[in-house]
Amino acid sequence: MNEHPSPVRFAARRPPPPIAMLAELTHRCPLACPYCSNPLELSRASEELSTEEWIEVFRQAADLGVLHLHLSGGEPASRRDLVALTRAASGFGLYTNLITSGVGLTEARIIELSEAGLDHLQLSIQGVTPEKADLVGGYAGGYARKIAVAGWTHAAGIPLTVNAVCHKQNMDEIEDMVGLAIELGARRIEIATVQFHGWAERNRTSLMPTRAQVEATTAFVNEARKRLAGTLVIDYVPADHHSRYPKACMGGWGRTGLNVNPAGRVLPCHAAETIPGLTFDTVRETPLAEIWLEGAAFNAYRGDDWMAEPCRSCERKHIDFGGCRCQAMALAGDATATDPVCIRSPLHASLAAAAEADGEAEPGPFVYRGR
Amino acid sequence: MSGEGTAPVSGESAAAGGSGVAVTGATVARLARGVRLREDPVRGQTVLLAPERALALDEIAVAIVKALDGDRDLDTIAADFARQFDAPQDQVLADVIAFIREFSDRRLLEIVR
Repeated sequence: MNEHPSPVRFAARRPPPPIAMLAELTHRCPLACPYCSNPLELSRASEELSTEEWIEVFRQAADLGVLHLHLSGGEPASRRDLVALTRAASGFGLYTNLITSGVGLTEARIIELSEAGLDHLQLSIQGVTPEKADLVGGYAGGYARKIAVAGWTHAAGIPLTVNAVCHKQNMDEIEDMVGLAIELGARRIEIATVQFHGWAERNRTSLMPTRAQVEATTAFVNEARKRLAGTLVIDYVPADHHSRYPKACMGGWGRTGLNVNPAGRVLPCHAAETIPGLTFDTVRETPLAEIWLEGAAFNAYRGDDWMAEPCRSCERKHIDFGGCRCQAMALAGDATATDPVCIRSPLHASLAAAAEADGEAEPGPFVYRGR
Repeated sequence: MSGEGTAPVSGESAAAGGSGVAVTGATVARLARGVRLREDPVRGQTVLLAPERALALDEIAVAIVKALDGDRDLDTIAADFARQFDAPQDQVLADVIAFIREFSDRRLLEIVR
C-alpha cells in the first residue's frame, strides 16, 4: 500500500497477470494480537489444504505469472510441512517470502528453510522491550524468541525485514524500533500503522494513534529514509484514518495480487469475505488462472466501471482506485462507495472525528484475538 | 498477513539525498542475497526480484547487473562496456556508478570492496 513508481509493466492485456500471491497457509497462530487482520471467522485446521494441494497451487501461480509468493498465516511455522512447501515453491522459480511472528521457528528449521531456497524472511516485532512486546502479542516469551530468530536468520544469510505494526501504544518508540531493526541485521523495515478492520475495530481506543503521533512518525520516516539510505530501506504504511486520500488498497482490486486462504478460497484481498454477496472460488474446484481471469469476486471491482460518483469522474481514480472496498462496505454500508477516508466522501468528516476522539481516548485493556 | 497489515507488492523510489556508501571505479559489487534476476516468460521480460520489489529492467540494466560478479571492479566493467557499445569510457563509468549508487541505497547490492 505504498507508492508504485517502478512496478513490473506488462503488455496491454486485461486483466494483467498477478505479481504477488499471499498464501495463508493456516489461520492457527500462537499470538493473539489485538489488531489481527485475519477474518473474524477463521478457517479450521481440518479445512486446510494439504501439502500436495498447496504445491499444485504454487505451480499454477508460477504459470499464471506470479513472481512473489508470501507464505503467511496465521503463523505459517505452525504448518509442519513449511520446509517442503518452501522447497516446492522455490523450485517453480517463485520468490519466497516467509511472513512470521518467529514463534515455532528453531535454528535447525531456519537452516532447512535456507537450504530449501527461502529468499527472504519478514519478522514481526510488537515493541522494543519484552514487557511491551509480549503484552501486545499476548504471548509470554515471544520477544525473546523473535530476537533469537533474527539472529539465526542473519547467521543463515537469509535477508531479514522487520515488520513493526504501529499504534497508539508503541508509536512513540518508532525510533527505537528502527534502531532494533538495524541491530538485528535487517535490511528493511516495514512501519505499518494498524488498519482498522476486523479485530482492530474492537480495540480502537487502545490502538488509534493521535494526530500528533501520526505527524511525528511521518516526519521521522522522511528524515530516517534519507539518513539510512544504503543501511535500511523503510517502507511505511501511514495511518489510514488520519489521511486525506485513501490508500491504493491491494494496488487496485484484482490488479496486482491475490490471496489464497487456508481452505483454498481465492480472495482479491484478505478481508474480501466481509463484503456480502461476493462469491469466492476455491482451488479445490477451479484452476487458479480461471479464478483470476473470470472469477466473479475478482471482476466485481476491477477497472472503474463499478465506480459511482465522486470516484467515477475523479482524476485520482487511477492512483487510489477509490480506496478500500472492504472499508467502504464497513463504514458506508456499500462496497461501491468512495472509501470514507477520502476527503471527497460525505462520510469523511465523521470518520476523521471518530479517529481524533479515539486517538485522544485513554486506552483500555486489549481485547485479544482468541482469548 | 501473520495477522498484521502489509501490502503484498510495493515499490519505492530510491531515497532522495544521502547515499550510504562511496561508489567509485574501484568499487566491486554483487547482488545481495535475496536479490535475483529472473526471466519472466509470462510477460516476456527480465525482472529483478527483491524483498517486496519486482523491477522490470531494460537491456542496459540487465547487462550491468549481470556484470556484477563480485570480482571485477567498476572501472573494468565500464571499459568492457565502452568497447562493446563503442561509447566513451568516462560516460559509461559515470552511468554505471549512478546505477550502482541507486541500487546500493535500495539495499539491492552488496559492496564487496
